[in-house]
Amino acid sequence: MSRARDLADLGGSADAGGLTGRSMLINGAFQIWQRGTSAITVSGDDDFTADRFKGWANGGGTFTVEQSTDVPNNEFEFSAKLTNTATDSSVAAGDDYRWATDIEGYNVSPLAYGSSDAKKATLSFWVKSSLAGTYCGAFYSTTASRHYIYEYTISSADTWEYKTITIDGDTTGSWNRTNGNGLRIYWGFGSGSDVQGTADAWAAGEKWETTNQAAWIGSASATFFITGIKLEIGQTATPFEHRSYGDELALCQRYFAVLQDTTAAYAGGFGFCNSTTKTKVCFPLGVALRANPTVNVTAATIDIRNNATNTAASSVSAAIAQGTNLYLDVNAASGLATNHACAIDPKQNMTFDAEL
Amino acid sequence: MDISNAKYINADGEGNDGIEAIIDGSKLYIPLDTANRHYAEILRQVAAGTLTIADAD
Repeated sequence: MSRARDLADLGGSADAGGLTGRSMLINGAFQIWQRGTSAITVSGDDDFTADRFKGWANGGGTFTVEQSTDVPNNEFEFSAKLTNTATDSSVAAGDDYRWATDIEGYNVSPLAYGSSDAKKATLSFWVKSSLAGTYCGAFYSTTASRHYIYEYTISSADTWEYKTITIDGDTTGSWNRTNGNGLRIYWGFGSGSDVQGTADAWAAGEKWETTNQAAWIGSASATFFITGIKLEIGQTATPFEHRSYGDELALCQRYFAVLQDTTAAYAGGFGFCNSTTKTKVCFPLGVALRANPTVNVTAATIDIRNNATNTAASSVSAAIAQGTNLYLDVNAASGLATNHACAIDPKQNMTFDAEL
Repeated sequence: MDISNAKYINADGEGNDGIEAIIDGSKLYIPLDTANRHYAEILRQVAAGTLTIADAD
């Protein structure tokens, strides 16, 4: 068979989704929203929205992010919809309006950033905005403190458009290649001059826009839809890879997991009482967390069932993630029966946050 | 990240094994692990002199 035939077959395979595992980015089709699919307001720092995506809004303007069924074609089921809910029409130098996804170092290590082998990368996505114009974003490393600003043009308002952006690899800096923050991808919405830089070149510091950025945050009720986001090695954007819902959820749960409250009394964790004030319990999870998680729960809504007694918890500590188990100390003011078995009965959702 | 009321947890007197704090309006339980983003931010704010962590009860 000829080389040309091989390449033709390869191209056909790619079109059919045969080249899989290329995307380094998680939840690019916005299937997973463990914090809820309704509008989440971004009005400060690190406001998580869809799984793996978070926003910042500092300077008086705010925006919401929600799951939408407005999509570019029937290939996709969902998009993320951003809506300007408080306009900042006089953006100060330090104001910032941005949205981003953080990618774990393990997942971007093949890019070999920070070495002489650094590779080109291509970002692709579908986008639609009520405000046409030039938009910006950036590739950024929190550990190397390096950025690369990209620009793209939304030619027509309220029209889905497909964008591809290819950037050179960065040979400079100390990039995380393990379980830390390997690479952040920014989308900007009209920030201040402090974060404006030059497009199409790697530089030191954290910037994500040029002076060409459209004033989206200054446009009342402006909308911005995005889906089909893919990041891959090389200078060619290949078709979006659709993972199964289960696979995508599992990928997201490495960073954020929810133990759902039940309407009946069912235990979520089991263990023993190490003292009259402390239990040592295990919560089995489906996925290994990236790091030891922050636990969000109202402790008093946790019952510790032990020795024929229900005791309200006072705090949760020592969250240790090992494999797919999460070990917690669920503590009480007093009254636990040392060395007796116990079950943990949460009365509300518990969340485990191992986000980057 | 808006952090307040940070306090160590030492439930049985055997040493600190976590921090409870109000972060962006929610009471959270944070492990003593620098790979955890909340603990890393607490350490950063403590080093900057803008946050102190109270001793455990």
